[in-house]
Amino acid sequence: MSHSSRKKLLLMGRSGSGKSSMRSIIFSNYSAFDTRRLGATIDVEHSHLRFLGNMTLNLWDCGGQDVFMDNYFTNQKDHIFKMVQVLIHVFDVESKSINKDIEIFIKALTNLQKYSPGAKIFVLLHKMDLVQIDKREELFTIMMEKLQKISNPYQFKLIGFPTSIWDESLYKAWSQIVCSLIPNMNLFNNNLLKLNSILDSEEIILFEKTTFLVISSTASIQQQETTNEELDPKRFEKISNIIKTYKQSISKLRTNFNNLIIRGSGGSHFYIDILTDNMFIMIVLKDKSQLDSNNIQQHEELLILENIRAARKWFEKIENSGSNLQ
Amino acid sequence: MEATLLPNPKDTNATILLMGLRRGGKSSICKVVFHNMQPLDTLYLESTSKPTTEQFSSLIDLSVMELPGQLNYFEPNYDSERLFSSIGALVYVIDSQDEYLNALTNLSMIIEFAYKVNPKINIEVLIHKIDGLSEDYRIDAQRDIMQRTGDELLDLGLEGVQVSFYLTSIFDHSIYEAFSRIVQKLIPELPSLENMLDNLVQHSSIDKVFLFDVNSKIYVATDSSPVDIQTYEVCAEFIDITIDLDDLYVENEESNRKQDSESVKELKSISHLSSGSILYLKQMIRGLALVAIIRNDDIRNSVNNNNNINSDFNDSNGEELLSSSSSNQDKSLTIIDYNVNLFKQSLMRMWENSRMVNQNDFSENSQQGEPQIYNVESNGAGTALFKDNNSHVPPMHN
Repeated sequence: MSHSSRKKLLLMGRSGSGKSSMRSIIFSNYSAFDTRRLGATIDVEHSHLRFLGNMTLNLWDCGGQDVFMDNYFTNQKDHIFKMVQVLIHVFDVESKSINKDIEIFIKALTNLQKYSPGAKIFVLLHKMDLVQIDKREELFTIMMEKLQKISNPYQFKLIGFPTSIWDESLYKAWSQIVCSLIPNMNLFNNNLLKLNSILDSEEIILFEKTTFLVISSTASIQQQETTNEELDPKRFEKISNIIKTYKQSISKLRTNFNNLIIRGSGGSHFYIDILTDNMFIMIVLKDKSQLDSNNIQQHEELLILENIRAARKWFEKIENSGSNLQ
Repeated sequence: MEATLLPNPKDTNATILLMGLRRGGKSSICKVVFHNMQPLDTLYLESTSKPTTEQFSSLIDLSVMELPGQLNYFEPNYDSERLFSSIGALVYVIDSQDEYLNALTNLSMIIEFAYKVNPKINIEVLIHKIDGLSEDYRIDAQRDIMQRTGDELLDLGLEGVQVSFYLTSIFDHSIYEAFSRIVQKLIPELPSLENMLDNLVQHSSIDKVFLFDVNSKIYVATDSSPVDIQTYEVCAEFIDITIDLDDLYVENEESNRKQDSESVKELKSISHLSSGSILYLKQMIRGLALVAIIRNDDIRNSVNNNNNINSDFNDSNGEELLSSSSSNQDKSLTIIDYNVNLFKQSLMRMWENSRMVNQNDFSENSQQGEPQIYNVESNGAGTALFKDNNSHVPPMHN
C-alpha cells in the first residue's frame, strides 16, 4: 500500500511570538479573533495533519518559555532536532529583547546543523500589523539581512516572510512552506497548464482542501509572460482568506460547501469546486461572447463543471503517484 | 401636516432620527451599519457635535439623521417642531451598561413632544451595548426599561403610543436586525413585497429568502417565516464573500469602460452546500440583492436511498440515482432563476410605481400599483409551480 510520507516541521520562537495562533488559524479554522482564547503552549504540542491526502505533516509546536527552551537544547536535543524537514522560526517584530531571540535562533541552527543538515528554514517576522505601513518593508529587509548573516556559518539559506494574523500575509507564507514539501509539483503544474489550454480561462488556482492554502496556479507557473499585471498580486492569499471566512460562516448551518459559482458584475465568472478529495480548484473565466442569453450561460456552467469532473481523474492519479515515489 | 398621513415615501416618512444621551453609541451605530466600520475601531470615534445626516438609498431613499446627545431640543431657537414633523421614525439609543434613569426621563420628554407634533411617528428604542451584559441580565434590563417607560408615558397621559424595544450590540448582528425592522416599517410597499417573497418561497422550494441592501446588510424585506439570526448571518456574509471575490478580478480601467458602454452585468452567485441546500444570490435593482437558502428535499431523499441501496446491492446503482437527482437539482435551479427574474421585474415595476406616487395625487395611486404587480407575480409563479412539480415527481415516489 502507499505508505504516506511524513514530514516533520518544527515551529519555534520565543514565548508569545504567535506560534500557536498561526497554527490554529491555518490548520484548525480559527479566526484571528478566536486566537485570544489560546493559552501558553506547554512543552511541545504535536499535531498530525493530513495534507494532500498522502502527506502527513507532523507539526511540532514548541512552547517558547525559557524553561522548555533550555530543555530542547540540552536533554531533548536529539529527540527534537532529528529528521527535521522544515524549521519555521517565528520572530515577534515588537519584541523587547531581540538579543535573546537571536540567541535562541542560533542555538536552534547549531542543533539543526548537527542533526538534520538538509532542513529548510523559514523565518517569519510576525505581528507586522503593529509596524507602520510605510516602514514595514524597510524593517523586513534589515532584519532578514541580519538573520542571514547570522546563519551563514551554518550553511543555511533563509526564506523570510513578513506576516500578521490580521491580513492575508500568513497564508502566503504557509502556502510557500507547504509547497516546498510537495514532491511532484511539476506534474501538478504541467497538468494545470494543459487544463488551462482546454478551458481557455483567465486563471486556474489549486487549493488544498482543509487549509485552503494555494498549491499551484497558472499565473505563478507562467511568471515570465506576466499575463495580467493589473490584477492584485495578493489575490491568492485574499481568496484563501475569503473562502476560509465563508467556511466559518456556513459552519453555523453545520455544513460545508461543495461548490461556489459566481457570475461577476465585470463579466468574469468564478467556479470553485472540489477537484479531488484533497483539493479545490478555482477557475476564473472572462466573458468573451457578447451573447447574454440565460440558456447559453447555463450550458457553459454545466460544461465547466463537467470539465472539472473530467480533470478529477488526472489529478487523482498525480496524487497517488506522489505517494508511490516516496 | 396633512402630508404625514398619506403614504408618500419620498417626502415625509423617509427620515430616521437617531437620538439619545451622549456616549450612548449613536455614531458607532451609524459608522458600523452604514460605513462598514469594524466594531472595534469605533472606540476611537470623536464625540459628535453637530447634527449629521447619512443618505441611504434602497427601495426607497432614506436618510438617517444623527443628533448629538448634548443638544437641547427644547431651546426656543431650535426648530424642533419642523424637525419632528418631517420624520418617519425616531430611534432612541439607551446605553444599557450605564445608569439609564436619566435617559428614560429624556426619552419620555422627547416622545411627548414628538407625538404631539407628529402622531404617525414610529418610536423605536434601542437598548444598546448589551454585549457587556450577561444573558439573564439582558432580559431583566429590557423588562425594567419597558416597565419604566410605560409608567412615564402613563403619567404623561400618552397611553396609546406604540414603542418598540430592541436589544442591540454593534459586535453581533443584532443591530442590523433592529435597523432592518425599523427601516421596513417605513416602506409603504412592504406588505406587497412580503407577499411576493412568500409567493416565491412557496413555488421554488426556498427555505428562507431575504431582500438585502448590499451596502448596509440591512434586509428590506423577508418572507413571513420567522427570522433565525444565524440564517441571517450566513446570508449577509454570503454577500460579502461574493462581492470580495468579484472585486479581486475587476480591473479598474476595464470596469470603467464597461460602465460607459453597457450596463454592468448583474451579479449572481450559487453555492451548493454538502447538506444539500443551496445558497443563492442575485443582484436586484437599486443596490438590493436577493439571498435565498434553497433546500433540496430530493437530494436528501436520494442520498438516503443511496445508502439503502448500497447496503443491499452495489455502488453503480446508487451513483446513477445521485446523478439523476443532481440533474433534477439543475432543473429546479432553472425554475428558481426564472421565478427570481419575475420577482425582479415586479420589483422594478413596484419601484416605478412608488415614484409615480410622488408625482401624482398619491392617495389613490398607491393603492393601484399593488394589485397589478401581485397579478403578474402570481401568474408567473403559477406556471413555474407546474413545472417545478413535474421535476419533483420522480423522487417523491421514493
